[in-house]
Order: sequence, then C-alpha cells, then structure tokens
Amino acid sequence: MKEKKPSTVRHKQEVAGWLFLLLGTVLIIIFQFWPMISAFLTSFKTGSAANMKFADPIVFNYSRMMKDKLFVTSLKNTFLYLIVQVPIMLLVALLLAHLLNNKDLKFRGVFRTCVFLPCSISLVSYSLIFKSLFATQGLINSILMKLHLISDNINWLGTTSTARMVIIIALIWRWTGYNMVFYLAGMQNIEYSLYEAARIDGADGWKTFWHITVPLLKPVIIMTVILSINGTLQLFDESVNLTGGGPAGTTQTMSHYIYNNAFGTGVANFGYASAMSFVVFIMVAILAVINLKVGDTRD
Amino acid sequence: MTNKKQKSDMSASQKRLIPSYIFLTIVSILSVFPIYWMMTAATNNTADVARGKMFFGTEAATNFTNLVKETNLWQGMGNSFKYAAIQTILCLIVCSLAGYGFELYHDEKKDLLFGILLMGMMIPGVATMIPLFSMMSHLHLLNTSAGFVLPAVSTPFMIMMFRQNSRNFPVDIFEAARIDGLSEFAIFYKMYMPIMKATYAAAAVIIFMNAWNSYLWPRVVMTENKAQTMPILIANMANGYSVDYGKLMMGVLFSTIPTLVIFFVLQKRFTEGITGAVK
Repeated sequence: MKEKKPSTVRHKQEVAGWLFLLLGTVLIIIFQFWPMISAFLTSFKTGSAANMKFADPIVFNYSRMMKDKLFVTSLKNTFLYLIVQVPIMLLVALLLAHLLNNKDLKFRGVFRTCVFLPCSISLVSYSLIFKSLFATQGLINSILMKLHLISDNINWLGTTSTARMVIIIALIWRWTGYNMVFYLAGMQNIEYSLYEAARIDGADGWKTFWHITVPLLKPVIIMTVILSINGTLQLFDESVNLTGGGPAGTTQTMSHYIYNNAFGTGVANFGYASAMSFVVFIMVAILAVINLKVGDTRD
Repeated sequence: MTNKKQKSDMSASQKRLIPSYIFLTIVSILSVFPIYWMMTAATNNTADVARGKMFFGTEAATNFTNLVKETNLWQGMGNSFKYAAIQTILCLIVCSLAGYGFELYHDEKKDLLFGILLMGMMIPGVATMIPLFSMMSHLHLLNTSAGFVLPAVSTPFMIMMFRQNSRNFPVDIFEAARIDGLSEFAIFYKMYMPIMKATYAAAAVIIFMNAWNSYLWPRVVMTENKAQTMPILIANMANGYSVDYGKLMMGVLFSTIPTLVIFFVLQKRFTEGITGAVK
C-alpha cells in the first residue's frame, strides 16, 4: 500500500503533464504539419482542384517553375528585397537601440515610442498609406515639385525600379522599430558598467558599439536575422496592396505569385502553387539553418 | 564646487549627444509622419490630398459619410472584432496550457516534442493555405469564425512564449499546492493563471494585433462579403481606377484605431509580448 500510493500520484502527474500540452500539440499537427505534408504531396499533382492526378513526369511542376519567367522574377524580387532591406533595417535598428540605451540621453521614452509607432499599423494599412504617398498625384511628388527637384511627376509605382525601391523603403519604415525593441531588450542584459568602463578608457561611441554592443547581442541579432528572412521570404501584403505586383508583375513577390496561381482569377492551379510554396519552405529552412550554424561557429 | 563640476560634466556629456539627438529626431519624424499624414488625409477631400495638403482639413464628416454609405464599415469592424476576440481567448487558453505543460512537467520526451513543434515556425502561411482551404471547405467552415481562427489557435511562437515565461513561476508554490492536495489542473487555474497575469496580457496584445491585421488567410477563407474583415475591406477600396483618397484614409484610420489604442495604452505589454522570446 505504502509503495503504491506515491507511484499512482506520480503516474497521475505524468498523465497531467501530457494532457496540458495535448491540445496545443494536436492543433499544430493538424493545422501546420499535416497541411505542409499535404502541400508536398499536392505539389506532384496537376489538374483542377476537384480532379487532381499525379503528374507525368512526377516532377512536372518543379521543372515548370524554372522555365516560368514570372516565377523567376518573383524569386529575384523576393531576394532583392531580402538582400537590400534586411541589412539596412537591422543596422539602423541596432544603431537606434545603441543610441537609446544611453542613460544620459533625455526624452528616451518619446524617441522610443516614435520609432516603435509604425508597428501599430497593419501591413495592409501601411501599404495603402505608402501607395497614396507615392501616387503620381501624391504627396511625395508634390513636395519634390515644390522644391523644384523634379519638373514632372514621377510615376513611382508604375516604373519597375522605383516601385521596388518604394517597397523597400516601406518595409524599412514598418519594421525598423520592431527590431529595435528586440535589441533594446537584449541590451538590458548587458551590464551598464561595461559601457562606463569603456568610456573611462576613452572608447568613443562607435568603438563601444562595435566592440561591446554587437558581440554581446549576437544571439538576439541572429534571432532577428532569422525572423526578418522568414518574413521577407513570405512577403505578401505589401506586394498585393502597395504595387499590386506591378508594373506587369515586375515587383511581385513569391507569395503573391503563388496566391495568384491558387486563388487568382482563372484556373485554380493548386499543384503548381503547392510546388512553389514548398520551394519557399525549403528556402526558409535552409537560411534558418545557415544562420544558426554561423551563430555557433563564431562562439 | 562639486555641484558646479557635476553640472559642467552633465552639459559636456549632453553636448556630445547632440548628433544622437539630431539623428533620433529625424528618425522619429520619419516614423511618425506617414501616420500623421494618414490622419490628415482622412479629413481632406481627394483633390486636396493629391495636391499635397499636409494639415487637417474639414472634410472628415463627408469622408466618413461616404465610407459608411459605400462600404460595409460596421460589418467589417464587427467581424474583425469578433474573429480577433475569439482567436485571442482560444489561443491564450490552448497555448498557456501547452507552455505550462512543456515547462513545469518537462522531461526528455517533452523537450524533444517541443523542439519538433518549434520547427513549425518555419512553415510559411502560403504553403499551408491551399490544404487548409480544402480542409475548411470540406468541413463547411468557409466564412465562419471557426474557419478564421482554427489554424491560429495553437502557434509554436505563443507556446514558446508561455514556456519561457513559466520559468518565473515559483516551483515551491507548485510543490506546496500539490502537498495541500490541489489537483494538477486546479494548480493551473488557481495559482498559475493569476500569477502569470502579465504574460497573459502581453500575449493577448500580440495575438489580438496579429488576428486583427491578418490578411492572407482571411482572403483565402473568407470568400463572401458578409465575412469580410477590415484589412480586406480597405484593400478592396484601393482597387479601381479612381481612388477617393480622403475616404480611403478614413477607412485606413478606422482599421488602425483599435491597434493604435492598444499600442498607446498597453505599450509596455506590447514590447514585452514582442520580446517575450528573447528572455
């Protein structure tokens, strides 16, 4: 008897532990993992939604992708946004956090709130705001005209290069403050006395920034890099609402193109869309692994 | 003497900070301006907006009337509130239970399972939308609250947040409660939930904002007008050849007010929520 009681209690606790996490786990499996597997299977099929068959050859959708100019453009666009926007944004965010972490600075709260404010705006809303700002008959053009910097209105969103630039500017605007908050939180864990010691040793702002802040924040920086890559590879709202993917699909992101193939007007090409979405998944996974590895070896 | 010296030190350090002040002021203005401009544009007619007017005007009432007349504004606001509220409540319950289980009952098997679930964070929404759409369509859940919220009720990120924050939950209270004969579940809702109020608040802010702002999935699953959410409503307003910017920005303002209010009232919780995973 005496021995049995504790073991049933422990058994009960054991069961309770699993019960607590059961619902959350099952829901993730049903609504994330299973759809991912299902999308992988669908990626080998062709035909319309109701009547899908395995493709012949089986990799048909994947080989089609490489020959699909619009897909290649969307792939290039996504990587352009990634390569240009993410480094600028993260450097500015890091610099802002470094400046705001100075205890001598006044109005820190005000500055922080202002820089963080864009995070309160939904992706669709800010896309529409930037679309209006950069409209041919919009504020940016009218300011540039008044300053006599341009003589004719620029068709920002109707020209491929400037439309891509507007997307990048908009992304930097929306996400810099978000990343800054991560860095500020990470900096709370850095002893302030380190900075004071460095200052007594005569190190200026730049030196403390590169030699104290950046190395000590490495884990947080890696996390923000992964989050940013993940987010950028999945860009959708901005492409749809800011430029509409235009002109002629030249600013379109992968997610936007995939969506159009699956749910756009015309045939619902679930097989092809699934194949492309699986490519996005592979890229997210590869880049995340690379980042984690880079983070490991520098230790 | 010492006072004077301190004072001059202070001003010297402030002088050194002048570049910081200038840089931060410029960045702050750039950050706030588009939002300020959106608000002014909501009070101007479309001709003034196009002309580049940057100050508040007198057309707010007209823009508002047109918005209510020409779109289903109240239905959109109501839908967005309903879906976001349901998603927030369910997600809080499911993810806090799971995070609690993974942290306070942790062993090798559970840690491994958690690691696997975390990989779910890498699954792109665009990859799961097609199978989920088929699933919801088979279950007749298109255009329903259930269809909207189900895929987001349990997320690896939220479970991780509750798991990390559960480390602050004092284990001796947990043991004491067990000795007092409280059941495992009673410990959760009588002790854990009240103690973790701050984490719940931070998580609620994040979930609500995400649900309110989500766009891709609602566009897939909410195919009918009556199920439309605010992001879809304003996005549809911007399509077309002649856009009434005053009315559009009034719509954007409406879809932004709830998140702006949350931002200002709960800014601390908001930052905690975002950085919950950094700890």
